[in-house]
Amino acid sequence: MSAALEMIGVAADLGGRPVLRDVDVRLDAGDFTALLGPNGAGKTTLMRAALGLIPLRAGTVRTGTAGYVPQRHEFTWDFPASVQDAVLSGLVRRIGLFRRPTVAHWRAAWDALDRVRLADLRKRPVGELSGGQRQRVLVARALVLEPSVLLLDEPFTGLDMPAQETLTDLFTEIARERAVLMATHDLTAAAYTCDRLILLNRTVIASGPAADLKDPELWMRTFDVGPGSHLLKALDLVGA
Amino acid sequence: MSPWQFLADLTNPDLAFLPKALTIAVLSAIMCGVVGCYVVLRGMAFIGDAVAHAVFPGLAIAFLFSGSLVLGGTIAGVVTALLVTVFAQNRRLKEDSVIGIFFVAAFALGIVIISRAPGYAGSLQQFLFGSITGIPDRDLYVVGGTTIAVLLAVFLLHKEFVAVTLDREMARALGLRTFWLDLMLYVLVTLAVVMAVQTIGNILVLALLITPAATARLLTDRLAVMMALAPAIGAGCALIGLYLSWSWDLPVGGTIVLTLTGAFLVAHLAAPRHGLIARLAA
Repeated sequence: MSAALEMIGVAADLGGRPVLRDVDVRLDAGDFTALLGPNGAGKTTLMRAALGLIPLRAGTVRTGTAGYVPQRHEFTWDFPASVQDAVLSGLVRRIGLFRRPTVAHWRAAWDALDRVRLADLRKRPVGELSGGQRQRVLVARALVLEPSVLLLDEPFTGLDMPAQETLTDLFTEIARERAVLMATHDLTAAAYTCDRLILLNRTVIASGPAADLKDPELWMRTFDVGPGSHLLKALDLVGA
Repeated sequence: MSPWQFLADLTNPDLAFLPKALTIAVLSAIMCGVVGCYVVLRGMAFIGDAVAHAVFPGLAIAFLFSGSLVLGGTIAGVVTALLVTVFAQNRRLKEDSVIGIFFVAAFALGIVIISRAPGYAGSLQQFLFGSITGIPDRDLYVVGGTTIAVLLAVFLLHKEFVAVTLDREMARALGLRTFWLDLMLYVLVTLAVVMAVQTIGNILVLALLITPAATARLLTDRLAVMMALAPAIGAGCALIGLYLSWSWDLPVGGTIVLTLTGAFLVAHLAAPRHGLIARLAA
């Protein structure tokens, strides 16, 4: 079976500064994968490279349709758009230049809203949604393209606990049919809920199921912390 | 002066400049109202200001060589919009700095050019603050044609403009050509502004672009309604402003702008959901 996303030997720069080197990533449908690393490790850059938003310095990216859920602050929430308008905007290219959306396009948008449990809010202005609801709108906007891989950039930032758990359940459900890659800073939740972890710091330090990443050395290298770090204790990697 | 007498003056053949000025003011208000919605929602009022000032050297050159003011202004505005779009791609400089450089430079160029024209103080005042006399018949057709072209372009590219405004990063990820869409939007802003410059004047034209759209935004949370309300507000205020200016012998540009400002303040106080009164009562 072909991978939902395959990156081989990818290198990318940002403003002339090397950010990613020799990145190999393979995601298959059914994988819920967490992308972990400190700020500046290149998590967002990796996603942008996968989407073809930045030129690659080296390597290749192969992907089917990729759905992108950027960080929430990228979206203009004070725009006078309803929830369904926002989701429909994900289809702008598919509708085509100079064309209007057809019934089929609206159906696709409503169906995506159904899947993120926002069907009853579809006419509400986006500015009146809570943080968790906003995140689900962005997920629906990505799902409307029926992507083979969904890229989530720090979806939990600024969300409280029930909202985070609802989203985690949603992502797990989506990952049954698709590949999901989620950049996050919530290491313990990622270790608990994701099938696979990718430890990234300019390059892939390690990847695999959480159970296979018990070597504290890997985490120390990824996050640039010492052996006495709280991080290692929280992840239960050193004896209490 | 009663509205009836204003109507009589509008149809008086000796005052033929008056209906011409009204037509141009109303059409440019409609254009500015529609395009202004994107300007307000994208928070690019400064770009509108820049384009408004940037058309000045084009007007000055056209004036000096007795060419078409509309054509001269459009070319200058589009050139400036192009320079801003290209230079703003350089991430080291923020867009507003680039705009600050080019629009003042363009305006300065206009001042230098027009100073070479005989009797320049009078024409300068006309350019800066607008005038209802001296509009050639040809301009009516140009403004009419431009209105149709601008509205058609907005109709055709609306969903792309919305997608880029909502989420630029996502629009790029979807494969939209944001550079060309930005440039197209700047050109539309330029056209709307140039058409309005003659009656409203170079300095005040920004109000026609921003105030009706901002007023409409206060009144609704639906984009379609906003884009219908803004041109209606702009056109209505252009009509009322011209009437007041004609009745009391006030400068037309200033009167239209103050009428628009009045409408904005009323909306700010009395808007149904987000107005000051509604919020205090809630």
